[in-house]
Amino acid sequence: MKKSILMFVIAIFSISTMAQSDKYVKAMEANLAKFDTVKTTAGFIDLSNAFQRIGDAEKTQWLPYYYAALSLSTMGWTDNGIDKDANAEKIKALCAKAEAIDYNAEICAVVNMAATQQMLVDPQNRWGTNGAEATAAMQKGLKLDPDNPRLHFLQASAVYNTPEQFGGGKDKARPMLEKTLELLNAEQVKPLYPHWGKKQVEAMLATYK
Amino acid sequence: MVYKINYFIFEIKLFIVKFFYSLFALLLMVHILPAQTKISGEIKDKKGKPVPSASITLKDTYDGATSDSSGNFSFTSAEKGSFALVTTAVGYKPSEQSVQLSGADIQLKIILKEEVSELKAVVITAGSFEAGDKKRVTVLNSIDVATTAGANADVTAALKTLPGAQQVGESEGLFVRGGTAAETKTFIDGTLVNNFFYSSVPGIAQRGRFSPFLFKGTVFSTGGYSALYGQALSSALILESIDLPERSSSDFGISVLSLNAGHQHLAKNKKSSWGVNYSYANLWLAFKAIKQRQDYSSVPEYHEGDANFRIKTSETGIIKYYGYFSSNRLGIRTASIDSAGYKDAFDIRNFNMYHNLSYRESLGNGWKLNTGISYSNNKDNITGSMLDMQNKEVAIPELQYKNFHLESPGNYFNGKFVIDKRLMGLTVVRFGAEYNYSNEKSYFTLPNGQKFNNSIIEHLKSVFAETDIYITNDLAAKLGGRLENSSLLNKTNIAPRISLAYKTGKQSQASVAYGIFYQNPEKRYLPSPYSLTFSKATHYIAQYQKVTGKTTFRAELFYKKYYDLVKTDQINPNQQVAINNKGYGDAKGIEFFWRDKKSIKNVDYWISYSYLDTKRDFTNFPYAIQPNFAAKHTASLVAKKFVMKWKTGFNMSYTYSSGRPYYHIAYDGMNYKFTDKGKTMDYHNVSFSLNYLPNLMKKDSKVFTVLVLSVNNIFGINQVYGYNYSYDGVRKTPVLPPSKTFVFIGAFFSLGVDRTEDAINNNL
Repeated sequence: MKKSILMFVIAIFSISTMAQSDKYVKAMEANLAKFDTVKTTAGFIDLSNAFQRIGDAEKTQWLPYYYAALSLSTMGWTDNGIDKDANAEKIKALCAKAEAIDYNAEICAVVNMAATQQMLVDPQNRWGTNGAEATAAMQKGLKLDPDNPRLHFLQASAVYNTPEQFGGGKDKARPMLEKTLELLNAEQVKPLYPHWGKKQVEAMLATYK
Repeated sequence: MVYKINYFIFEIKLFIVKFFYSLFALLLMVHILPAQTKISGEIKDKKGKPVPSASITLKDTYDGATSDSSGNFSFTSAEKGSFALVTTAVGYKPSEQSVQLSGADIQLKIILKEEVSELKAVVITAGSFEAGDKKRVTVLNSIDVATTAGANADVTAALKTLPGAQQVGESEGLFVRGGTAAETKTFIDGTLVNNFFYSSVPGIAQRGRFSPFLFKGTVFSTGGYSALYGQALSSALILESIDLPERSSSDFGISVLSLNAGHQHLAKNKKSSWGVNYSYANLWLAFKAIKQRQDYSSVPEYHEGDANFRIKTSETGIIKYYGYFSSNRLGIRTASIDSAGYKDAFDIRNFNMYHNLSYRESLGNGWKLNTGISYSNNKDNITGSMLDMQNKEVAIPELQYKNFHLESPGNYFNGKFVIDKRLMGLTVVRFGAEYNYSNEKSYFTLPNGQKFNNSIIEHLKSVFAETDIYITNDLAAKLGGRLENSSLLNKTNIAPRISLAYKTGKQSQASVAYGIFYQNPEKRYLPSPYSLTFSKATHYIAQYQKVTGKTTFRAELFYKKYYDLVKTDQINPNQQVAINNKGYGDAKGIEFFWRDKKSIKNVDYWISYSYLDTKRDFTNFPYAIQPNFAAKHTASLVAKKFVMKWKTGFNMSYTYSSGRPYYHIAYDGMNYKFTDKGKTMDYHNVSFSLNYLPNLMKKDSKVFTVLVLSVNNIFGINQVYGYNYSYDGVRKTPVLPPSKTFVFIGAFFSLGVDRTEDAINNNL
């Protein structure tokens, strides 16, 4: 009898904890699904805040902070009316929180984007500061994971968007984009882990046809 | 009995089972069918304005919301019990409150307090133009200085396109708001720089000695500057040198004027660097191609070298050293106005060295230390003579004083420390001390062998304290004071300084400043047999400024009153000596500045206008008049356009100044009198420059090249700076620029790891 009571208690507790991690996965999945639908600045901030709440509650998961930062960085590319410096500082703060839990190349990619967005405010003058910061993040990331598809994607699209006479150009970017696609296809996707980039690369490759 | 006991046990078992089932059910309820509590409310700031995009979080849960554009939020939570509700928003202090979740709706009114932050806070700007790479209010940056047409990469020449400074072309220095060039002092990394410009040559403005690329920040204060600086009645030019270079590189350059080569080495760990540069300039070729008004007995020739090291002592600490030496000479001959058929000759050899060592460090707990020492040695060797048409030295009775030799060595030491303590928010208290030592000698020899030797030694000791008080994000005050003691004058002064800034809108602010400024009599009027005191100026400034991302507008109104200016008397035809401090004067005016980087695509331009109304009685003036270095109206238009396709930058500038007064002052044995007066014609100058960067962003290129072509006064407009009079005041000749138009062609190469490649690879 005692044994069965004990079993019962254990069962209940395990249901409870299972429910807990299930709750994390469900919440993450629900918010990740929003990435495809959110379009507005208010929406991205809301999404970022939602991820941040999960991160603050969980304390040992880096992914919520990563997505909270990614959401703001996506907003940084789409809305030119916002204060890029304030936004980038917030992204970097979120990345620092994620890095404290797990230091990896994915976070470096977001830091690179944040610094790049700051640099683009005034490229001539911010080349040396924010530009260098972006470069440093890229190099750190490639050191941690030389085949990270998102770092490769950022490199390729930089070349893609640079005029030919300045050493960039679509032709030069093509092999880089193809390599990125290869890396993306070969990527072992872990649940909840970042896997973005494919749609963007395919869209860019489609422009060659 | 047994049955009863068994039944009892059964009952207990049943009870336990029931209990656990219900417990299980309860747990399931919690997990599956929770009762929801609705939490909603509105978020406002202290002024009652809604705060959008604030994040509301039920601490340690996933539950929360983001406020909408009217500051409202709403969410539901299945949690039960007491929780902390945290609200955060950019620019506000986080707020935390406790809520009881029981299923009943909760309505909240949350008020957020503004966070005093450097990015949002008002900046005290009255009287100063800040130029630098910092993100705060900047007007010009180092690249702007280098690409201002007509400035030829001279810091002060570029600053002359800002309101407040005069377009004085016949002598060097910044003449600010009715002040003389001596009323502007220059500081590098906090310490005073003596001999910032090359030694004066009659009628030819000299450049500053230091390259704009040495500096990352420039503050050009046209009045009302901080108590950290003193001994300048009108203006302070505060330069901050660069820290570690971004990379190792070798540079060399060739131009019609000079050759230069240098190397900068950055240590692998990026903690230290060193560098050396050498340049040789000779104006022979340029003067062959472009006819100069003056006849050169020895063409200007400069040897210059500098060395630096910078060591990062910690995350926040850095030691910087910069050392410079220069040896240069030139000799000119001009037709003498005093005696027809003869020439005036002037020959100068100058040696200068300058050393600056500075250290800054954060001491923790909000304490910061900034300290520096500088030493400089300057030696001028000047020979003046009268020549006949065969360039042979002649001595004409009456004009014998024109044949002389002057040797003037000077030694200068400056030391300063400033301690900062950050108090609450952005409020800072700053204090420190400064010591300036100068020892200037002069050995004057007349052709008859008569010698006049002088020595002026000054120990100037100062202490100062200042505080920046941020009352709110929108209102800040700077209160300061400075106490100086001069051993030379044997006097002490106390100078209070106050400024206030108020943010009138998101991008606009208004500031006012008041201050008292003291300065020693100029050394060239010393030594004096009389007891002298400090000259004094009081500044009143009101400013309005609006800065959006791409445009800057500012308007400034000022009034400056001068007291105790130095009056002089002539002891020999070559020298005026200070006799008392009975001079006075004032200056008032209004200035406008507009810079716009967006209205015309890819064009960046600025317009400055200054109106100045000034009069003064000083030196040997018979009474107060508008001095010859002050024009009523001054204006500049500077425009730059970089054409990416051609990798070329086009820069032009137009400067205008209304005519300046000129006069002759003669001594009739009793009094000084104006024997002649007039006004020069208006001054116009259009300059143009072009920078071509062939390897810009080119992959695989190891050399970064800049080709420069600049043309000063491209239309050859006649310019008259003033008039020179003969010793008897009978004849006058215009003071003209050395040549009507000047053309500069140069190529500069930088070898190093080209960063453009990284930048393309890593940046969108």
